[in-house]
Amino acid sequence: MMATTTMQPLLENLNALAAGLFLLTAFGMVAMRQARACLHLFIAQSLLLAASAALLALRFHSAHLFGVALVNVITKPVIVPWLLRRTAPAEIYTRREIDQVLNVPTALAIALALAIGAYFLGIPLVQALPPEYRGPNVPIGIAGLFLGAFTLTVRREALPLLLGLLAMENGAFLAGISVARDLPVLVELAIATDGLIIVFIVGVLVRAVAQHAGTTAVGELASLKEAAAEAEAK
Amino acid sequence: MNVVVILWPPLIAAALAVIPSRRRWWQPGVTLLSCLLVLVLTVRLAWRIAAGASVTAGLGPGWSNWVMVDGLSALILLLIALVATTAAIFSVGYMEHGERTPRRLRLYYANYNLFVFSMLAIPLLAEPTLVWIVVELTTLCSALLVSFENTHEALEAAWKYVVLSLMGAGFALFGFLLLFAAMHAGGAGPYTWTGLIAAAPTMPPLVAQTAFLVILIGLGTKVGLVPMHTWLPDAHSQAPSPVCALLSGIETTTILYVILRLMPVMQGIPGAHAATWALVLGLTSVGTAALLLLQVTDYKRLFAFSTVEHMGIILTAVGLGTSASYGAMQQIVTHSVTKSFCFFAAGATLLAVGTRQIGSVRGLIRRAPAAGAALLLAGLAITGAPPLAVFLSEFAILRAGLLQRQYLATGLLALFIVIAFFGVMLHVNRMVFGTAAGAEAAEDPPEETAGPFRLPFSCALALLLAAIPVIVLGVYIPAPLDELLKQAAAALSR
Repeated sequence: MMATTTMQPLLENLNALAAGLFLLTAFGMVAMRQARACLHLFIAQSLLLAASAALLALRFHSAHLFGVALVNVITKPVIVPWLLRRTAPAEIYTRREIDQVLNVPTALAIALALAIGAYFLGIPLVQALPPEYRGPNVPIGIAGLFLGAFTLTVRREALPLLLGLLAMENGAFLAGISVARDLPVLVELAIATDGLIIVFIVGVLVRAVAQHAGTTAVGELASLKEAAAEAEAK
Repeated sequence: MNVVVILWPPLIAAALAVIPSRRRWWQPGVTLLSCLLVLVLTVRLAWRIAAGASVTAGLGPGWSNWVMVDGLSALILLLIALVATTAAIFSVGYMEHGERTPRRLRLYYANYNLFVFSMLAIPLLAEPTLVWIVVELTTLCSALLVSFENTHEALEAAWKYVVLSLMGAGFALFGFLLLFAAMHAGGAGPYTWTGLIAAAPTMPPLVAQTAFLVILIGLGTKVGLVPMHTWLPDAHSQAPSPVCALLSGIETTTILYVILRLMPVMQGIPGAHAATWALVLGLTSVGTAALLLLQVTDYKRLFAFSTVEHMGIILTAVGLGTSASYGAMQQIVTHSVTKSFCFFAAGATLLAVGTRQIGSVRGLIRRAPAAGAALLLAGLAITGAPPLAVFLSEFAILRAGLLQRQYLATGLLALFIVIAFFGVMLHVNRMVFGTAAGAEAAEDPPEETAGPFRLPFSCALALLLAAIPVIVLGVYIPAPLDELLKQAAAALSR
């Protein structure tokens, strides 16, 4: 697993490619209307995160980053969909969002602005850190974080919302694997477990909402406001 | 004895609560027992720390990178144990009311114990990323408690709670990873709260500042700081009342504790302005919450908004500087004990009248004297009426602010506190003493037809126990607690 000095530029370029594709999947999750397509994009994103971790592991000879890659390959494409099948109603896969909060071109334009903002935020940060931390991971990770948060605000269906949450974590991790390489393995495992608990709890909640309101468009729940309560009282 | 022992009782109780049992006392019994055990352990721990002993010194090197207990953590642990115990007592009677299947009750008590476990782990752990994970766990363990009533509103509240808290947590994770990078950029050391303080001068300032802001926003969402507070009134009003007491009384404080841990770190970084950020965000929260208090129509939301206000007060106090630290710590204690009492009073009122609408509750003192009196005391206590606990701590903060010559901030804080006082008391006064509109009053002579409302024994007991610190801490602070507060306040500066 030792990389020769000639291989290092190649590994860095491949890592940049993985990070670039990661950003693309984040954009896709903002725009895709089909819930199942969002899941596929999320799985692709997680695999790209794992690829980036593996490449950085080769580059910096870090057995620990291989662990991160492995955990990602096992949990996200395999256990997350399995857990969703067990907890949430099957309906969440088949849903299509007809009326979105924003139409797709507008959402993508805002997403683009966010990604550019993330770049300008990330570059000075990376420059303040020692040279071995440099690379595209931090700016793209921040972009992933922002786009995940943005997904949460524009989507209404349960599955894209849940995936938005997990994508935020992916974004934080993409930045993390380049700047926080020596994080204890215990912590990594705990974070991975935590992601699975998120899927489980959200799945259970979505099922309860679906049983109760007959829809998985959880974003449309909006009765808890002062004005609404007042109207009810009258 | 290893301090981690404190975490065992709630975990075991959670496992035991899942066991189906035909005896109705089984789940509440194990929960209560576990909470009492935790209370005894934490009191003992706090006592030793107040006496100057180091409780984590005896642990092996394998532990010191993961676990740490000082005055600040002991204080938070003590409050969690106290509120968890009174809320468990209140749960016994409260959960008996209404149609609840044994299965739902098992779910309730198992989640209750897991929630207490996750909160207890926060002040015990020393490694920031692990702390982040247990912060996530508090959200996940309490989500199903918020949605417990399974109504449309409760599900919506739980959903908002989960999505917004986890969204904040995503940012916070990035912040903690960045902090780790900042620390390792200046030379390695154990990634713990104390390690961070030691490494602060060698960190690249820009990275550390960004990390702090990201964490402040991320965790601030879960604390309920304005403008990230939108989920809080929903979740803290829709959950069953004992859970509200936990959420509002102690969960918010526990998360705020994580932010407070970063204050001494940021003091070591030039140009970090952490205190200014705390002051601005704190005052914004107090002001917004005070004004929003005036227009609520649901009395549980009233107390939920008051939580936003109090989190703001604590953060403002921290921002005012070192001399207000003691007041901030005192405010943490008084808010926790008082707010849990408030939600018990609100729960008792809900049991008595069956509605959460302020407009539908009039003359409570005649219909249900115990609930009415409790609600009145709660309203007075939480807004800082003189002989009660919150008055003393708010007074300490304002005095410290004036001594620091922060006239503008202190003046604004005082103004907002007064507005909040009128906001809360206006509603509470009408509910307790008001007379219903003419026609309604004529056809509703409650004493004759329905008979006086009887509060379940355990609810009354919880109210009584919770009222003791609310009243006592207003006139007298025991010496060990005073020592603990001093140590906790010292943990806020380098």
